[in-house]
Amino acid sequence: MHSIKRFRRLPGYVRRYQRRYAWGVVLVILTTGFSVLVPWFLRDAVDGLRQEVTRASLLRYAGLILGSTAIAGAFSYLQRTTLIGASRLIEYDLRNDLFRHLQSLPASFYDRMRTGDLMARATNDLGSVRNVVGPGIMYFLSTAATLAATLAFMTRISPRLTVLALLPLPLLTLAVNRLGRIMRSRSERVQAQFAALSTRTQEDIAGIRVVKAYVHEEKEIAKFGALNEEYLSLNVSLARVRGLFYAAMSLLAGIAAAIVLYVGGRDVIAGRITLGGFVAFNGYLAMLTWPVIALGWIIGMIEQGSASMDRLNVLFDTAPEMRDGGRETARPIDGAIEFRGLTFSYGGRPALRDISLTVLPGTTLAVVGRTGSGKTTLVNLIARVYDPPPGTLFVDGVDVRSLPLASLRARIGFVPQDTFLFSDTLRENIAFAEPDAPEAEVMEAARQAHLLPDIEDLPRGIDTLVGERGITLSGGQKQRAAIARALLRNPAILILDDALSNVDTYTEAVILGHLRQACRGRTAIFISHRLSAVQHADQIVVLDDGLVVERGTHAELLELGGLYAQIHLRQQLAEELESVDG
Amino acid sequence: MADAPAKTDGLHEEEVLGKAYDARLMRRLLEHLRPHARLVAVSVALLVALSALELAGPYLTKIAIDRHILRHDLPGLARLAAVYLAVLVASFVLRYAQTFTMYVTGQRVMRDLRMQLFRHLLRLSVSFFDRNPVGRLMTRLTNDVEVLNEMFTSGLVAIVGDVLTLAGIMVVMLVIDWKMALVSFAVLPLLLYATAVFRRRVRESYRRIRSRIARINAYLQENITGMRVVQLMNREPRNFSRFDRLNREHMDAYFQTILSYAVFFPVVELLSSLAIALLVLYGGGRVLTGAATLGSLVAFIQYAQRFFRPIRDLSEKYNIMQSSMASSERIFNLLDVEPEVKDQDSPLPLARLEGSVEFRDVWFAYHGEDWVLKGLSFRANPGETIAFVGATGAGKTTVTSLLCRLYDPQRGRILVDGTDVRRFRQADLRRRIAVVHQDVFLFADTIAENISMDASRERAVSAARAVQADRFIERLPAGYDEPVTERGSTLSAGERQLVAFARALAADPRILILDEATSAVDSETEALIQQALGTLLTGRTSIAIAHRLSTIQRADRILVLHKGVIREEGTHAELLEKRGIYHRLYQLQYQDEKAGSAEGDPARPDRTAVR
Repeated sequence: MHSIKRFRRLPGYVRRYQRRYAWGVVLVILTTGFSVLVPWFLRDAVDGLRQEVTRASLLRYAGLILGSTAIAGAFSYLQRTTLIGASRLIEYDLRNDLFRHLQSLPASFYDRMRTGDLMARATNDLGSVRNVVGPGIMYFLSTAATLAATLAFMTRISPRLTVLALLPLPLLTLAVNRLGRIMRSRSERVQAQFAALSTRTQEDIAGIRVVKAYVHEEKEIAKFGALNEEYLSLNVSLARVRGLFYAAMSLLAGIAAAIVLYVGGRDVIAGRITLGGFVAFNGYLAMLTWPVIALGWIIGMIEQGSASMDRLNVLFDTAPEMRDGGRETARPIDGAIEFRGLTFSYGGRPALRDISLTVLPGTTLAVVGRTGSGKTTLVNLIARVYDPPPGTLFVDGVDVRSLPLASLRARIGFVPQDTFLFSDTLRENIAFAEPDAPEAEVMEAARQAHLLPDIEDLPRGIDTLVGERGITLSGGQKQRAAIARALLRNPAILILDDALSNVDTYTEAVILGHLRQACRGRTAIFISHRLSAVQHADQIVVLDDGLVVERGTHAELLELGGLYAQIHLRQQLAEELESVDG
Repeated sequence: MADAPAKTDGLHEEEVLGKAYDARLMRRLLEHLRPHARLVAVSVALLVALSALELAGPYLTKIAIDRHILRHDLPGLARLAAVYLAVLVASFVLRYAQTFTMYVTGQRVMRDLRMQLFRHLLRLSVSFFDRNPVGRLMTRLTNDVEVLNEMFTSGLVAIVGDVLTLAGIMVVMLVIDWKMALVSFAVLPLLLYATAVFRRRVRESYRRIRSRIARINAYLQENITGMRVVQLMNREPRNFSRFDRLNREHMDAYFQTILSYAVFFPVVELLSSLAIALLVLYGGGRVLTGAATLGSLVAFIQYAQRFFRPIRDLSEKYNIMQSSMASSERIFNLLDVEPEVKDQDSPLPLARLEGSVEFRDVWFAYHGEDWVLKGLSFRANPGETIAFVGATGAGKTTVTSLLCRLYDPQRGRILVDGTDVRRFRQADLRRRIAVVHQDVFLFADTIAENISMDASRERAVSAARAVQADRFIERLPAGYDEPVTERGSTLSAGERQLVAFARALAADPRILILDEATSAVDSETEALIQQALGTLLTGRTSIAIAHRLSTIQRADRILVLHKGVIREEGTHAELLEKRGIYHRLYQLQYQDEKAGSAEGDPARPDRTAVR
């Protein structure tokens, strides 16, 4: 079957619990073995009744029926906890492995994939794969066992009747196959139409302003209506087959019962089988019907699971792009950074071109330039968010590619452009990289980031929940928390990627003052749109379209009268404008 | 400080799960069945007939044993088998018809609901969409409606069918042999008790599972979004162990459910065979004394077995009902939202429009007292072009949104041809106003359909020709029938602008609102856009949020909007003379452009940030 290959990853998981599964097989056999005894005891009871049995033996039959069900029940309890339990264990493992794998994937992967898509795979697809290893395997085993056991007993009663009763079976298989295929193709069309309907809705909601501005509501409703009608009629055509499918299943099962009623009845009259045998045979037939019908359902489940496994495999097959160099062992980093003729592109146009730049340990570099000029890329490469080409970027004289990722990053305090806080307490967020930092250090980092006044205003101070389930911090507060988070690491290299953009000028000045103290002895790299934040830097570079176009100190660059001076002028104008009262 | 923390409600609508049955919701749901009453009646009638036929099997077995097999009546047995076959064929037809009508009913109700929801959504004001993310609304329209479908097809109807079957079996049993019937019913209280206990436990553990899976998903989502921070801060091991804990808690919760099911199913089986054992014991005794026939006993045993399956399945249906009640609640909540901008009961007809626009002391805030416009007043005479300039956040876009009544102002009046815009029907007003948005939104239709949103094909072509969009359109593989994909990604920014111009022109408005795009385009397209603008502006009252120097210079008047009020007014030259805000803005925003065009510098390429 084509879907088998998709499950190549699963055997590893199943093997991990192979003893559980082996035990599960035994339990399935035991459960089935005891439940198929019930019709057999009924047979004895019915035959006994025709031969004038005593009440005592009736009691014995009743006891046997109850007893075998009880034993089967006990085994079924174990069977369910064992097999379904195994599937939950596998789900747990799969989910953990997926999470760990996601953690190892580089930024370029997350640039490509949408969060919603990843979430869907980690939830829905994981769930349907679980259905295969849990209920799928269990019902498959129990169907097989029931089939074997009932057929054995039926054959014992009458081989001829068994063959006759199974006459509709080929028809049943044919119907399952035929109708199943039609159902599948129609349900695929339903799915496609559903996607079309969703897309349309999504567009209309996203473009609601245009729809309203052009009084386009009625036309959009008509369009939606047409898609909706089409969706309905596809669904109805699916319902036509689906209804037929279930009705045909019951009919074929019923025909077998009718055959047994007539042929079996005749056999009883002819004395070929006993009346008890006839009753028991009917019982076995009833036992058989449900698992056979369920087979179609299990096949559907496996099909869905294999499509899901495909989508999960896409994730698992994405290799972590960056591997640790291995040659260099972990060691302290002083913070010397050097770019040597670095050119970097994300696959198309280069984002950075021929960058050569040296930052001595303990000095401050400021990077300015327009949006899209390559500033963020520059600092991302230092922390190996993306890997630079070999031999172009050195930290402490060592190619960053050969530094172990963890020890490199452990020495970098990075405040990214879009600050991200977790929905946790503010304390947890500040101590994100150093979860075991003592209270005093956490508070000191908060002080340096000028976060203390805000903490005082929060209902539970630094232990206030922030984020989606707590208090929403303002953009400036988030940025300051991110700065505190980076400072607490006590990094050799501090990188601030436009990290003060949402902070007002007064607060900015305060933080910059703290930072100048804190940066003593550290290498610091500032990216800023506001030149006030960079003018004290030891070295300023101006990037334009991936190239370093100017470099020098604040005074030198103003003197130069180039791009930097132009930006400076604009900023003064903007500040003046801002100060005009409304 | 502008950094005031705001409180969000931590409750997530998607996670709330209440009762499995809510009379008020159910009544509202049944309302939706009314238009399909006939189909429902047919489906229910078929269901009743089907449930009756379902009872035939064991009864026919009884007759076969008592009258034919035990009396060696072969022809009678053959007749009976034929009857059974007929019953089978009849129930095949009924089952097919029943399933089909039921599905069709469900599907039609869903279609109606989707239609109603969609229509309702389009009626709602823009402010509603500001508050509600697209994803959530999509969930209402798609998933929640599908969940309801499941309730109609496998929940509600199946429950009715099961109840009918149960009642039928009980009646038949009582008719055949009431004493034996009562003996088998003796198990029922135990069964009901077991089911109740099970349901309570399962409900508890499902609640736990749901809250734990929600936690896993929230954490996962957070980690995916913040993966860069996690990696930069070397938090992988720590976050993994946190995830592992959540994952384990979820698994533990599931183990409890597994236990409940693993106990419940065998208990039902055991009770079922307790009933059979009682029948063997008591019924057997009656057969021995001749008070009952052997056939009755066999039939009873078969009935007893059928009795238990629907009860066992009830637990599953309970879950379906529970989630569909939650879905319907969410759907109805959405349907109950009233649009904030409404038409008056007796709106004024709007036949022709001269095109004068006036704002009189307009105050507007999106939230509370955060005034975006503070007493704005201005007037545009028919045919005039007014250009708004100002820094980002000055309120320029708000002016245009108010004019076409996407929002209503809190205070003050907006007049078109001297009449308050609230007196007109929204649709009439908007038909005479065309808007060209900064961020051009194109639908996934053909180019022609995007241009002539209500007009004809010829109009689309002539509009495209007038703004010279025809040149690139005709170069497309399918020309005007070329489909636009994913927000117009097949077209460049400049081409999208031209399509938007053509769209505005095709609408032939009296009033034009132009929110110019800031993104730069290549010089050839820029020239086309300039010409197109000229075509578009002539003979119409135009309100332009201007980013292009040329548009400003073309304007009759320039209004400088600063922090929600008009600070300066006049022509380009007059304002420059003043050396006020406009002068500074001009240096800030337009200097480059002037310098660029003076030096013959080719337009800058589109500089959008690479993530």
